[in-house]
Amino acid sequence: MSVTQPLVEVQNLKKYFPVTSGLFLQRKVGMVRAVDGVSFIINRGETLGLVGESGCGKTTAGRTLLGLYPATAGVVRIDGHDICSAKGRELLSIRRKAQMIFQDPYASLNPRWTVNAIVSEPLRVHKLIKNNKERSERVKELMGLVGLSGRLVNRFPHEFSGGQRQRIGVARALASEPLFIVCDEPISALDVSIQAQVVNLLEDLQDQFGLTYLFIAHDLSMVRHICDRVAVMYLGVIVELAERNELYEHYLHPYTRALLSAVPIPDPKKDRARQRIILTGDVPSPIHPPEGCRFHPRCPLAGEECRINDPQWREAAPGHWVACHKV
Amino acid sequence: MTKILEVNDLMTRFHTTEGMVYAVNGISFHLDEGETLAVVGESGCGKSVTMMSILRLLPMPPAQIAGGTAIYLGQDLLKIPDHEMEHNIRGKEIAMIFQDPMTSLNPVLTIGKQITESLRTHMFMDQAAAERRAVELLEMVGLSDARQRLKAYPHQFSGGMRQRVMIAMALACNPSILIADEPTTALDVTIQAQIVELVIRLREQIHMAIIWITHNLGVVAGLADRVNVMYAGYIVEEANVEDIYEDPSHPYTNALLAALPRVDRRRDRRLKSIAGAPPSLLVEPHGCPFAPRCEYVVERCGMETPRLTPVGRDHAIACWVDIKTGAQR
Repeated sequence: MSVTQPLVEVQNLKKYFPVTSGLFLQRKVGMVRAVDGVSFIINRGETLGLVGESGCGKTTAGRTLLGLYPATAGVVRIDGHDICSAKGRELLSIRRKAQMIFQDPYASLNPRWTVNAIVSEPLRVHKLIKNNKERSERVKELMGLVGLSGRLVNRFPHEFSGGQRQRIGVARALASEPLFIVCDEPISALDVSIQAQVVNLLEDLQDQFGLTYLFIAHDLSMVRHICDRVAVMYLGVIVELAERNELYEHYLHPYTRALLSAVPIPDPKKDRARQRIILTGDVPSPIHPPEGCRFHPRCPLAGEECRINDPQWREAAPGHWVACHKV
Repeated sequence: MTKILEVNDLMTRFHTTEGMVYAVNGISFHLDEGETLAVVGESGCGKSVTMMSILRLLPMPPAQIAGGTAIYLGQDLLKIPDHEMEHNIRGKEIAMIFQDPMTSLNPVLTIGKQITESLRTHMFMDQAAAERRAVELLEMVGLSDARQRLKAYPHQFSGGMRQRVMIAMALACNPSILIADEPTTALDVTIQAQIVELVIRLREQIHMAIIWITHNLGVVAGLADRVNVMYAGYIVEEANVEDIYEDPSHPYTNALLAALPRVDRRRDRRLKSIAGAPPSLLVEPHGCPFAPRCEYVVERCGMETPRLTPVGRDHAIACWVDIKTGAQR
């Protein structure tokens, strides 16, 4: 396998959740099309940002990518292995290489376990270090990597602040020496002064271990800072994908444009002077997504074609992909 | 400008099983008629507790207002009788909206019932008049089919629509002050932009003063006239909105802005992070609260708490050091 091959390849990935009705006879009455055919690649050592509003399917995409939800359709290859068809030992070995950091540092750590038990779990599951003493040495080393003292390993999660807990989550993700980490809104539950600490830590670890990240977030300012390329999701599909400065300066899709114009700028003169595109209404239900282009009911440019045909995913400029009839 | 609200030396504490929590430690600020004041700070800095103290919404005990005054149109809100507060001030003169519109709306009552309730209590309207006014209010906050919506329950609305309903309820009695406690934090950016635009429009229409509490320095840049920055129960910097962003003079404000990436700029450096975490409020404050995390710290910071001192027109900071020259004040 050549090094230039992308680490993660996703082709036409779909994840539908059934909607059931009735208490005993659970009839299927519909499908939530949380992820409805997304394709992208992530190169080795790269950070790909996945942005969108709540309910657009970005978290589901991240979880399906790691096989935490079985995919409804599509292919996900991580380091050459298809995670959707892998079973048993092969699946375990892919999972060792692909880890996750969760949004809520309160819910993602078991409150009854000590930090030692939490961080050493991947080592036990993957039988990486069998000797107890060596294992606790490794836990201390991991704690050091994320900037926590090794003396804290016998404490419980509730004794730590939000930022410290997120560091523990990072240490756990690093334990199995992964190649790829899905960071699902890792900083959105943290205070501003702590966010920068965690972002810098993630960047340092990436440099040190050559990690590849999928960075799922709704904070577009932070995504511009940390990601190399950015994909914009709306209602289960990716509508635009480009290198970060290309996307933020030469966006093509009207949704990207509206999203960027809604992000507040910490500069009173600039913020007051700029043109906002205020979208009306809310995101439609993913159970009955609109026909044609999914954005057309809220789109200021929508025409006849947009109501009928699904726009094609095409490369509008080198490395700049978009799905829109009007650009 | 006439001052509509003036808070002096407000001190709020909580008696808990773990000890005394020093939540608000003697803060003073004012609000001018018709202006928008932003109160910015991280979780636990005392920004919400300050407002809840003024409106006497904190359960006492465990809360205790240990000192200070809050003068609204000549009367001290901390001293007036409970029924006076309930009937004439809260929800009538001073209204409040909260971060999570789902938990602050009653799930088993219709929207109409909840809006008309305050109109009937405070304005002594009959049901028909209250309903007419409720429809008017819902239209004002941009909800279509307002008359039908009166019969709907909160779960039938999306997050952004619920926040609009909350705003309609808050404005029901034409308050002269609206306190908005992180009203857009739970919302997506596109919906946040809708709500901010709505508030700016209503502010001009009704001419009310607004206190906007937030942890997001971005949101208030386009919205506020003045900004108070809070840290660990103290106001550390107070300035008009231009000065806060162009000339931040307190080390904390400065560091907070440097820790913020910008959507309108290319990445030029690593983010500057603030080491450590905010102090525990269980310890009686001693010296400057930011001293343990401050890069400009001098010996005096650990011993004496700096008072808010003017450094320019409408601009005051609580710091012993001039961060531009490094000299002590």
